Amino acid sequence: MNRLRAWAADHVRAGLGALGRLSRTRLASGMTAAVLGIALALPTVFMLLLQNIENAAGDWDRGTRISLFLGVGLDEPAYRAMADELAGHARIRHTRVITPEEALEEFRTLGRMEATLELLDDNPLPPLIVVTPQAELPAADLEHLLDELRGYEGVEQARLDLEWVQRLQAIMELVRRGIWLVAVLLALTVVLVVGNTTRLAIENRREEIVIAKLIGATNAFIRRPFLYEGIWYGLGGGVLAVVLVEAGRAALVGPARELSRLYDAGPLLQGLGAGGIGWVLLCGMLLGLLGSWLAVGRHLSAVEPR
Amino acid sequence: MGGTPIIRFEQVSKRYPGGHEALSGLSFSIGRGEMVFLTGHSGAGKSTLLKLIPLLERPSSGQVLVAGVDLAHLGARRIPYLRRRIGMIFQDHRLLMDRTVFDNVALPLVIVGLSHREVGRRVRAALDKVGLLGKERVYPVMLSGGEQQRVGIARAVVTRPPILLADEPTGNLDPALSEEIMRLFEQFNRVGMTTVIATHDLALIERMRQRNLVLRDGRLVEDRVAGVAA
Repeated sequence: MNRLRAWAADHVRAGLGALGRLSRTRLASGMTAAVLGIALALPTVFMLLLQNIENAAGDWDRGTRISLFLGVGLDEPAYRAMADELAGHARIRHTRVITPEEALEEFRTLGRMEATLELLDDNPLPPLIVVTPQAELPAADLEHLLDELRGYEGVEQARLDLEWVQRLQAIMELVRRGIWLVAVLLALTVVLVVGNTTRLAIENRREEIVIAKLIGATNAFIRRPFLYEGIWYGLGGGVLAVVLVEAGRAALVGPARELSRLYDAGPLLQGLGAGGIGWVLLCGMLLGLLGSWLAVGRHLSAVEPR
Repeated sequence: MGGTPIIRFEQVSKRYPGGHEALSGLSFSIGRGEMVFLTGHSGAGKSTLLKLIPLLERPSSGQVLVAGVDLAHLGARRIPYLRRRIGMIFQDHRLLMDRTVFDNVALPLVIVGLSHREVGRRVRAALDKVGLLGKERVYPVMLSGGEQQRVGIARAVVTRPPILLADEPTGNLDPALSEEIMRLFEQFNRVGMTTVIATHDLALIERMRQRNLVLRDGRLVEDRVAGVAA
């Protein structure tokens, strides 16, 4: 119990001591933290954008429809029965019937077509079943479903606007990979910056390390303040990154809201949220710790009393 | 003296890379609570000998035993615990110039993990013993050489180690100050600390009447009690 308390007290002392040292060289540590902040903000922005695009694209995905144009001769009870039957299909969420009369009405309300329609004696429009597939159905399965529906009796034509869904998914995958690549490189930047800063700190405090070793300090004792410095740098960078990202979002949120209103879409440019902020800070601290840990492992053993 | 010696050297040699042999075939023991002066010309091997005890150097051959433990078998992880039992004093004091006197003396206690209150109590006790109680908040640069050396001594004894090693502790001091420092060591020795002091101040040790190991070119040439006619 006593040893545990002594150990905890040691950690508090090392942590606060490191913070005190950093605050004494406020300008230099501030600049280091700023570099880390920018390096952390960039991947955060990209990931946030990706997330927002995926949210919006998710809505479009759900908008995927298959239009089944039926033979003109089919009577209403027949195609209504067919629509009900299709609604029970495993890959289909629901179906909706558009009768020729409804379709004609829709044309009328669109205007301009009025004159053309007047020329026709008959309603030339076929009955239509709009099939909504299950959400998040992969493109390949959609294609499969389409083939199946084409085979149904009475179906003249089945149309699915699939290509753009596939293209969108491919683009999203490419963007996702690209963002991860950038994120890994920038994480490496954070590790290297903290590592180099720690190396300089070790150089600057060489005499102190030598004396502490002479007096019987363990390696853990000597290492600890440097590791805490790394953690503080990472946390500072993380906080700065969150501020940068949220400030940027605040600047863009007005136009984004307008765009979202025009397109009748859901909210664009959602923020990091508490979870996201937690992740950015945690990543910053872990990367900072990793950087200082690598530097300490490499450079501390070289400082030995003689 | 009796019992196991606290420091024992058995046929110890130390050859530095490059071939210079600083110590050769050195054997002696120091009993618990003894006060020993180590003399010889500069380059005779005094500093090297002292460095072998807290494992600042390892011998090229032979055995060094501290409190019965063969240091050759002491792994790197246990060296800090050995050094905590040895107070070291250097000619150049080796103080942290950007820390106050209090913080310098407190460092060994902080390393050991003592509570804040205990640290304060012991630091003040140690500073009191060396006569610097009023200078806690002062930085070492504002002190004289003799005062800085006394800060170094306070730091070495603040954990009450069983062994005290001093390498030319009076090297830069005038005779009066030197004597004062030596009397201080005598006091610590009297409360049970085994004390080994390397010095070239022969006149001073004649007056101290203590055991004297004389080194010449890395060999032990004399083991006598100073100030007593042979």
